[in-house]
Amino acid sequence: MADERTSAEQQRLAARRATTGREELDLQRVSVEPETGVETLVLNMGPQHPSTHGVLRLVIEVDGEVIRRCEPVIGYLHTGIEKTCEHRTYHQVVPLIDRQDYLSPLNEEMGYVLAVERLLGVEPPKRAQYIRVLMAELSRIASHLVWLGTGALEVNVSAVFMYCFETRERILDLFERVSGARMFPRYFCVGGVMRDLPRGFLDEVLKFLEFFRRIHKDLHGIVTRNPIWVARNEGVAVITKEQCFAYGVTGPILRATGVEYDVRRAFPYSSYEEFDFEVPTQTAGDSYARYLVRMAEMEQSARIVEQAVEKLRGADGPVMVDDPRLRKPHPHKGFFVPPGEAYVTVESPRGEKGYYVVSDGSNKPLRVRMRSPSFAHIQILPLLVEGGYIADAIIAIGSVDPVLGDVDR
Amino acid sequence: MGNAEHVERAAQTIKARLPDAVVDDYTMKSGWRTLVVRKERLLDVLKLAKDELEFLAIYDITAADFLEHEPYFHVIYVLHSPTRLAKLVIKVKLEREQPVLPSATAIWPGANWFERELYDLFGIKFEGHPNLKRILMPDEWIGHPLRKDYPLTEEPVEFKGHVPKRLPSEVIPKQYE
Repeated sequence: MADERTSAEQQRLAARRATTGREELDLQRVSVEPETGVETLVLNMGPQHPSTHGVLRLVIEVDGEVIRRCEPVIGYLHTGIEKTCEHRTYHQVVPLIDRQDYLSPLNEEMGYVLAVERLLGVEPPKRAQYIRVLMAELSRIASHLVWLGTGALEVNVSAVFMYCFETRERILDLFERVSGARMFPRYFCVGGVMRDLPRGFLDEVLKFLEFFRRIHKDLHGIVTRNPIWVARNEGVAVITKEQCFAYGVTGPILRATGVEYDVRRAFPYSSYEEFDFEVPTQTAGDSYARYLVRMAEMEQSARIVEQAVEKLRGADGPVMVDDPRLRKPHPHKGFFVPPGEAYVTVESPRGEKGYYVVSDGSNKPLRVRMRSPSFAHIQILPLLVEGGYIADAIIAIGSVDPVLGDVDR
Repeated sequence: MGNAEHVERAAQTIKARLPDAVVDDYTMKSGWRTLVVRKERLLDVLKLAKDELEFLAIYDITAADFLEHEPYFHVIYVLHSPTRLAKLVIKVKLEREQPVLPSATAIWPGANWFERELYDLFGIKFEGHPNLKRILMPDEWIGHPLRKDYPLTEEPVEFKGHVPKRLPSEVIPKQYE
């Protein structure tokens, strides 16, 4: 049995060599190039490694400290959410959606509920839309803070981690006030949001913003011109905008190459067109440029939150559409969605997140597809790390900011 | 959605240049123009869209299994034009018996992993793909989980002192209005 497996494996490797001219990376292999005498070694990095932000595995071929070749291996966190979604009613899917990109659940929920709303042809009331924007932007700040904290920890700028997580904890407290849960709020629902904001919530948000702006300034002071941070990030993991297009790369990585593309601006949803914000870009395309873009994005998110608070003070009214089917889904049926398909994309902190929902007229979706930005971004890792040092691979992974729950689904 | 003029122009150009390729043309409920093409002409349509109609980026390739209604997979390609800010969806209907499509990796290298995912979860084979192997499931897995005839494996959720008789997916069964 073992022999059969091995020979089948060898045949596959040979076929691969023939089609691509590229040999597949094979663990336990040390090879020596006869002409130059250069010895290369194939190493396994992950899936259990603190710098991989979850369970990402890289098989790398190194020549000394330099990475010759890299092959990402994913699937260690595959839970089959898409399959499960097909066996749940439309309103039962929302908590599942939370659990893929666990760092910014509200941006995820936004995409799904928008897709189902398009299928139903309903539009939530203005107040619900503003609440969604408010929560999604807070979620974006929280997600970027985790990226900065862990990214800084990896290059030993360790003070930043505690600053970031303390600030994020305050955002999670706000989520808890609204929905009762810190990590997986399940706050948005088809047709609006679960319940109105609690009393005094908007004042708390403003108080938080004041605190956040102070911390943001401190973070700039600690990190932006920090010699270690600059030396480790500048010129590392460079990508061009042509490569970004060819590989479907979006979000801060694309914006760091000089492309001003943001779904919130290009294809506005949930009343984003009423908000005044900038789309920060950089042109270098390296890890440091991505850092600057994300830092500026947090600032813009804070601006949007501020405007959302203003708008919410002036927009009283219901937070759900006036439709009894959606307001209280039937306990033994859920609600029915007319046949059709909808593809909706939203700007998640990592990039363009797409939801493709197909309905056949029943109470359960025929297909829920999550187009995750992290999946596309892991694919470009070989471009980012090949030719660089092993130590820079850590920076590259950090600057891509993958969430493995989002990659593997 | 987005630049409707460019999408309209692109759809008309594709229809004019490849008259035998497009079999249907409609707009999704989310406002995205969708062209249903014959699979023999798929690569021609994709090449035309990329080389001449400025759809430089591929953002998604995915599929849905319509087994309960017709023996077809619906495979969609989501194209994006960064210069015109427009989105176009190309759809192919593929027989479930012999699901084979030409690979788009030569047009966009980023199609690689999306096609591997479709191979893994739906069993759709892509001819000319450089490395068609499973990506999310283990290499030795049997079957393709997102096909409708692949059963969902689940067990009742146990609460303290009470095991429900029904499986989670049966608590609210699938039903039509």
